[in-house]
Amino acid sequence: MDQFTLNLLFVGASFALYIGIAIWARAGSTSEFYAAGRGVHPVTNGMATAADWMSAASFISMAGLIAFTGYDNSSFLMGWTGGYVLLALLLAPYLRKFGKFTVSEFIGDRFYSSTARLVAVICLIVASTTYVIGQMTGVGVAFGRFLEVDNTTGLLIGACVVFAYAVFGGMKGVTYTQVAQYCVLILAYTIPAIFISLQLTGNPIPALGLFGEHAASGEPLLAKLDQIVTELGFNEYTAHHADTLNMVLFTLSLMIGTAGLPHVIMRFFTVPKVSDARWSAGWTLVFIALLYLTAPAVGAMARLNITELMWPEGTSGQAVSVEQIESDPAYDWMATWQKTGLLGWEDKNGDGRIQYYNDGNAEMQERAAEAGWEGNELTNFNRDILVLANPEIANLPGWVIGLVAAGGLAAALSTAAGLLLAISSAVSHDLIKGQFKPNISEKGELMSARIAMAVAIAVATYLGLNPPGFAAQTVALAFGLAAASIFPALMMGIFTKVNNKGAVAGMLAGLIVTLIYIFLHKGWFFIPDTNTFSDADPLLGTIKSTSFGAIGAMINFAVAFIVSKSSDPIPEEINELVESVRVPKGAGAAAADH
Amino acid sequence: MSEESSNNAYWKANLRLIIGSLVIWALVSFGFGILLRPALSGIAVGGSDLGFWFAQQGSILVFLGLIFFYAWRMNKLDAEHGVGEE
Repeated sequence: MDQFTLNLLFVGASFALYIGIAIWARAGSTSEFYAAGRGVHPVTNGMATAADWMSAASFISMAGLIAFTGYDNSSFLMGWTGGYVLLALLLAPYLRKFGKFTVSEFIGDRFYSSTARLVAVICLIVASTTYVIGQMTGVGVAFGRFLEVDNTTGLLIGACVVFAYAVFGGMKGVTYTQVAQYCVLILAYTIPAIFISLQLTGNPIPALGLFGEHAASGEPLLAKLDQIVTELGFNEYTAHHADTLNMVLFTLSLMIGTAGLPHVIMRFFTVPKVSDARWSAGWTLVFIALLYLTAPAVGAMARLNITELMWPEGTSGQAVSVEQIESDPAYDWMATWQKTGLLGWEDKNGDGRIQYYNDGNAEMQERAAEAGWEGNELTNFNRDILVLANPEIANLPGWVIGLVAAGGLAAALSTAAGLLLAISSAVSHDLIKGQFKPNISEKGELMSARIAMAVAIAVATYLGLNPPGFAAQTVALAFGLAAASIFPALMMGIFTKVNNKGAVAGMLAGLIVTLIYIFLHKGWFFIPDTNTFSDADPLLGTIKSTSFGAIGAMINFAVAFIVSKSSDPIPEEINELVESVRVPKGAGAAAADH
Repeated sequence: MSEESSNNAYWKANLRLIIGSLVIWALVSFGFGILLRPALSGIAVGGSDLGFWFAQQGSILVFLGLIFFYAWRMNKLDAEHGVGEE
């Protein structure tokens, strides 16, 4: 059986599994869509939340970004897990006690203002739409590879599948489907990593293998990696090269953003008890950590494998020949990925070999001049292909490659569909029904939800064709927006007595300033070539647009406190609401605001 | 009134716990993982140093420990102050 058929078989079988479980679980018990989390053990709920949250950014993109940058991209690892500490300590139990279902409902009630609710909905839509753009980038990469078409065609096919998946919707609301998605996703991520770790270090646990010994050379794996990448003129893998201020702010933005993303927070509204909300956050992080502890090993080991494939005789010997790339089965992956347009090489100096090195490095330029090289010949290596190509690079069996295909699609589709549902319900329920047309019919609400979903996916697909960055970088922008707008409002709502005017002014200031900073660097509305600055030379010192969320959050807090101090204090009933949210006693079941 | 003061003590204890936990949270990630890494560079961990390990593994493990510790302590506090759900 050829690889193409095998991939389709695995992807098809995983989809059949999700649909089968959705139908089975429906017929069995679920009477209420919202109650999906109730009566479910915190462990099961944690697994489902982990599947909901880990997207194309975590699965497809992150390890690639770490592989080519090394230590400097540790921000993704710390940021996307550290946010759960904030969520568990500062938000989850209190929002559960509050007992409503959506983030905008909490903000609307706590700040006794429909304007605050409206602003929260807008923040939510902006952050979620940006998030979907990143998912579509990942979807395009995955479909492009597995249907063996170019990236654009892959993206368009993927968009149709995501739309169908989101409209079908039922797949999403059922906790057990997400548990199945988590299992597919985590197996697809860890199995190839275990194989590769065994090949390279003899240790079956990738997280330990990363700090273990490189079996072929007898040196520590990381020392070996540092050595071969520096010999090619690249930055030392484990060393700190990035600007420290930017790295701290970027990590902080991702952390705050994680705790401010509505589709994650929502999961904690519906657990049975306040104490369960605390445990549930912990279990979610356990399941996320399984992937996050493996990801740095995947990145480092892939970088080592790729470098060794390009320099089969070692970095001081001869580079791989074009003939070998075309005939040796170990290099088949290069031809298949070339078709997507995301991998490219060119024999610039016509010596029949492909030299992969850092042609921006002065020392390497000397060596290149001596050897007659005319620049790096591995001209294009899209970071987002690394995880999907990884099993092929390591020459693993065909079924592992098929499994990774299924896992990547599970990650991208479940999160993209979940976000589209969040956007459509925000538009139809919170915006149209809540603000403009309170007496809209059930049918009209449903129709507007579908239209909102179609518009969101069209926008995301269009922008996904020319994305503002690799999948994980685009998603990082979404986290920055959530960090600057939603998180401060929620936290002040629980821990301070900030009033309605303060909250509205804070959210607007945080969102607008962050959005402008991002648009100045990434182009207005992410349209290419409309940017005034670039992240290589940012407006403010060394602060990149992906790191600005933390500054936006500080602006939000500051504006909210100043405005709140200079206007009327909160009314007595809101004071009581805040006091009651702070203690678990008296938490009933969550109630829908219909 | 006694319920009021008990709630106050409960909230203060909770805030202390949160602040303590967040200090550790920041120390392992921003501290050991980034800012204090040079100070820890003498401690070798499998081909790199302790700071690198904290940035890519250690901080995540500590985060896990923190959340479970907080959940366990808070559930005890709920009971001690009589503000639990049951």
